[in-house]
Amino acid sequence: MTATDTHRAIDAVWRIESPRLIAGLARIMRDVGIAEDLAQDALVAALEQWPESGVPQNPGAWLMAAAKNRAIDALRRKKRLERKHEELGQELEAGPQAPGDLDAALDDDIGDDLLRLVFIACHPILSTEARAALTLRLLGGLTTDEIARAFLVPEPTIAQRIVRAKRTLTEARVPFAVPRGAELAARLKSVLEVIYLIFNEGYAATAGDDWMRPALCEDALRLGRILAELAPQEPEVHGLVALMEIQASRVGARVGPSGEPVLLLDQDRGRWDHILIRRGLAALERAEKLGGSRGPYALQAAIAACHGRARAAAETDWARIAGLYAELALAAPSPVVELNRAVAVAMASGPLAGLALVDALTGEPSLRDYHLLPSVRGDLLGKLGRFDEARAEFERAASLTRNARERELLLGRAAACARG
Amino acid sequence: MRVMVIVKADKQSEAGTLPDKKILTDMGKFNEELVKAGVMLAGEGLQASSKGARVKFSGGKKTVTDGPFAETKELIAGFWLWQVKSMEEAIEWLKRAPFEGTEVEIRQVFELEDFGDNATKEFKEQEERLRTQIAGKR
Repeated sequence: MTATDTHRAIDAVWRIESPRLIAGLARIMRDVGIAEDLAQDALVAALEQWPESGVPQNPGAWLMAAAKNRAIDALRRKKRLERKHEELGQELEAGPQAPGDLDAALDDDIGDDLLRLVFIACHPILSTEARAALTLRLLGGLTTDEIARAFLVPEPTIAQRIVRAKRTLTEARVPFAVPRGAELAARLKSVLEVIYLIFNEGYAATAGDDWMRPALCEDALRLGRILAELAPQEPEVHGLVALMEIQASRVGARVGPSGEPVLLLDQDRGRWDHILIRRGLAALERAEKLGGSRGPYALQAAIAACHGRARAAAETDWARIAGLYAELALAAPSPVVELNRAVAVAMASGPLAGLALVDALTGEPSLRDYHLLPSVRGDLLGKLGRFDEARAEFERAASLTRNARERELLLGRAAACARG
Repeated sequence: MRVMVIVKADKQSEAGTLPDKKILTDMGKFNEELVKAGVMLAGEGLQASSKGARVKFSGGKKTVTDGPFAETKELIAGFWLWQVKSMEEAIEWLKRAPFEGTEVEIRQVFELEDFGDNATKEFKEQEERLRTQIAGKR
């Protein structure tokens, strides 16, 4: 094995092992930042030793042992420090366990630790960007560089974002625990939001030249699938996984030959990924069996499933979709949901019925710069033969989108309206 | 990226006997680990080739041969479909599988991105035309 091969193997081991490693260490050290530093130290040791000695037979255990030794050292230092503080008569809260308990503690059920790590990485005291970066780093095992490339920002920005996030968590003394009772629902919502944000950044890139960045979708899906096994009793987790699986099934059909977006109803359904659709439908069933078919993610998944089940665009059950959007508007009211409902209603009952709903939204302040509002309105006006109005709407939509590929598509539609 | 992990047949799988309890338990644990890590997309074990068939295409003729097939080492007994970040990650996962006395193969699945940045626009268009033609012939 060459040194490069070994480094690539170490990267792979790191991706597999680091979440468990950091989660276990975080419980012992009661600090995610220190835990990650210790895990990183173990990684550095591997990078130094493995190219010489070869990758060990059980690399995970090797990393864990290396991290444990460093944890013991850190705890001893901390204890000495605490003793000094005690001598100074300072009051201290109960410190971490003695090094002797470490082995047993690290071998405890790791699943709970991972779940704690998810909740801490997505803690609401952090900004959304920080949550996304920290989650990809701690749970997804991505390097800072990979995260930076995924979000199209310079690496130092991400590195700083992560350092600051870890500091914030330490300073706020955020407990390394799974929230309970009423807090759980709110905190879970934050976790799901972060994962879906990562997915969407890949699925409909808000910036840049590419319409999609599928690798980011895959990262989000993986996080979702991990979460579904960590918190299998939570219906909305399965709802989110179902939604992402079904949406991801269309990735291959959503881009045309020169990278331009292809809209849902124009997609070649033969290119949809039927493995992912099947996985999505199974996840949706899990959500429904847990009595969670009314949650916002499960409802969106149910809508996506309607498309997933239709073998041809013409077979889509638009009435059912319009009904699901009406439910979604109650569960999670938002002008964007209302806009989507308008599209479904237009498909089920004609463009005029849809347009009435869209027109009611034109004064909505939160949609003022939202390119899909004029885009949908343009589409409905076009269907009604009102081409001049439609063209103006498409042009407005094109001026509002930040995605280059989407802008081209919208300008194309505007030009088509001019031809009548 | 996705990989297919291909498990080869052996005398036992071809004889249609199920693996012993220990192997089944170990394999179950390994599968659970794959699911928990969000890696496993699909996976199936295959029945003995005696329950299979082959269709040979030659000179416009189709000839059907029923199993079993002789060359055991070239037969497959099962497969997984994994979602991983790299081939190295797939290898690391496979190293953790509870196999003994066999060789297991990992193959990369073609994805859209494989034609991505490196492919010219013409190539992509040709690919698209081909796909349309194939779809039209179906």
